[in-house]
Amino acid sequence: MSGSAQPVGRSPWEARAGFAVMVVLALIMVLPLLWTLGLSLKANNELLRDTGSVFHGPYTLENYGSILRRAAVFRWLGNSLLVSLCTTLGVLTLSSLAGYGFARLEFPGRRWLFALVLFGLAVPEQSVIITRHQMFSALHLHNTYPGLFLPGLSAPFGVFLMTQYFKAIPVELDEAALLDGASRLRVFWSVLLPLTLPAQATLGIFTFLSSWNDYWWPLISATRSEMFTLTVGVASSQINFAQTSGLGFLMAQAVFASAPILAVYVVFQKYIVRAVSGAAVR
Amino acid sequence: MSAAAAPRAGSWRNALFVAPYLAVYLALLLYPLLAGAWLSLHKADLFGGEVFVGIENFQRLTRDTVFLQAVRNTFYFVLLTVPALATISLGLALALNRPTRAAAVFRGVFFSSSVLSVTIVTLIWRLVLIPDGGLIANLLHLAGRPPIPLLSHPDLVLPAIALTTVWWCLGLPMMLYLAALQQVPAELYEAAALDNAGRWKTLTHVTLPSIRRTIVLVVIIQCVLQFQLFGQAQLLTQGGPNGASRPIVLFLYEVGFRRWDIGYAAAASEILFAVILIATLAQYLTSRGKGAER
Repeated sequence: MSGSAQPVGRSPWEARAGFAVMVVLALIMVLPLLWTLGLSLKANNELLRDTGSVFHGPYTLENYGSILRRAAVFRWLGNSLLVSLCTTLGVLTLSSLAGYGFARLEFPGRRWLFALVLFGLAVPEQSVIITRHQMFSALHLHNTYPGLFLPGLSAPFGVFLMTQYFKAIPVELDEAALLDGASRLRVFWSVLLPLTLPAQATLGIFTFLSSWNDYWWPLISATRSEMFTLTVGVASSQINFAQTSGLGFLMAQAVFASAPILAVYVVFQKYIVRAVSGAAVR
Repeated sequence: MSAAAAPRAGSWRNALFVAPYLAVYLALLLYPLLAGAWLSLHKADLFGGEVFVGIENFQRLTRDTVFLQAVRNTFYFVLLTVPALATISLGLALALNRPTRAAAVFRGVFFSSSVLSVTIVTLIWRLVLIPDGGLIANLLHLAGRPPIPLLSHPDLVLPAIALTTVWWCLGLPMMLYLAALQQVPAELYEAAALDNAGRWKTLTHVTLPSIRRTIVLVVIIQCVLQFQLFGQAQLLTQGGPNGASRPIVLFLYEVGFRRWDIGYAAAASEILFAVILIATLAQYLTSRGKGAER
């Protein structure tokens, strides 16, 4: 924050009161997380009697031990990673090519096609789900990796973002390279693409995060447990809440499943915030 | 686009760059959308039986008390969450728009829940909300009060899901407001200070008018997002008790993938599409206006 837009100053007393209010709000914000962490460190039978026992010992890591002994969670983690990476790579490739095409090249129907792509921004995933499901059934793509990542490639946001970005790069750069005898593909690959790295990072982070957290499509497409992504896997154990092995185990699973993304968030916070807010405003 | 940018103007070969994406877009988004519109005019089931029935599915929707309840629930949920999200995050952004280390840490804390998936959020909040040993029940117990069955009471279930959702979604609007606050010209504040305007007056006469469009944008974006409520309701309550927390998307999911009445589900999805389309157009007009203003 540059601090250029600072409103009128406050007295030290006011500043301290404001700080105290913020601390209280932040505590309310993290309380559910701490509660989850606490529960995950307690023995299941003790929680069954009284969850209030969280506030005192003894604490144990046995719930995390049970997770490590269950191969399913690791399979789901691997599935999520694979699907999110494929989606991200696919979106970056398709969007960069299309963005360059729409921003720089002239071809019949260009304006019309771009408007058609923009229209896609208004189509919610849920409204195409019935026919998309039928289609993937007919092609036997359910419970396969392509079946899980292909729908993510159709989202128009990346094309929109990359088109805007390519348009902002001075045309003189391409012209100079073209005069030197470089091909269109070469101009795209070695002159312009390196300049779009910030946009690639934004789009990549946003796509990876959306794909990693997607629940809707894998819930419908992956019906076999070994093809679950982490979101669907964790949901499946949650739905059997009443019958599951225990609260502590369930909470350890929540901590285990959120740890990778929270760790990534702590390290790349600035980029993640920029990517997500940039995507929201379009 | 200037013609100079494309010396080989108008060549079909140039379209090769956009062709791969367009193929995916047509096959996986546009075709399902159009096929869905067509399907919504049919009585269809999983086994391929399709009979053209015109707008009968839509007429059926208008009489279906389960669907109408889902529509009411969805609008009520939007009403519960969007104003809360828009104002709380604005308050946080105003308080945290400072260049200090502490403000950065607070911003990080309030955004952190936004990176979690809906399954983790509901897993956490289930153990906050349940009357049998949940966090709220424990806190009530400390205060000497009986637990409240938040998720099984028809009047409390949507507010409880709304609370969960506000906790989850607070970060994004806060960041959008912060970005907008950074754009407010410092001269405006200096002028206000010269006029001896107080803090409240500066807020209402300088800050809020300057970020007016962002406020509108946040409200629209949140309306679109919250209108698509699904995971929280499906995971926390399965739409219960008695459908009191069933939103439109859960209705669509149940009809389409539990009862396999796919023509009917397609009709419901067209209603959803129409609402989102209107909201997205509003967002487009707002963003475009914002661009033109600068």
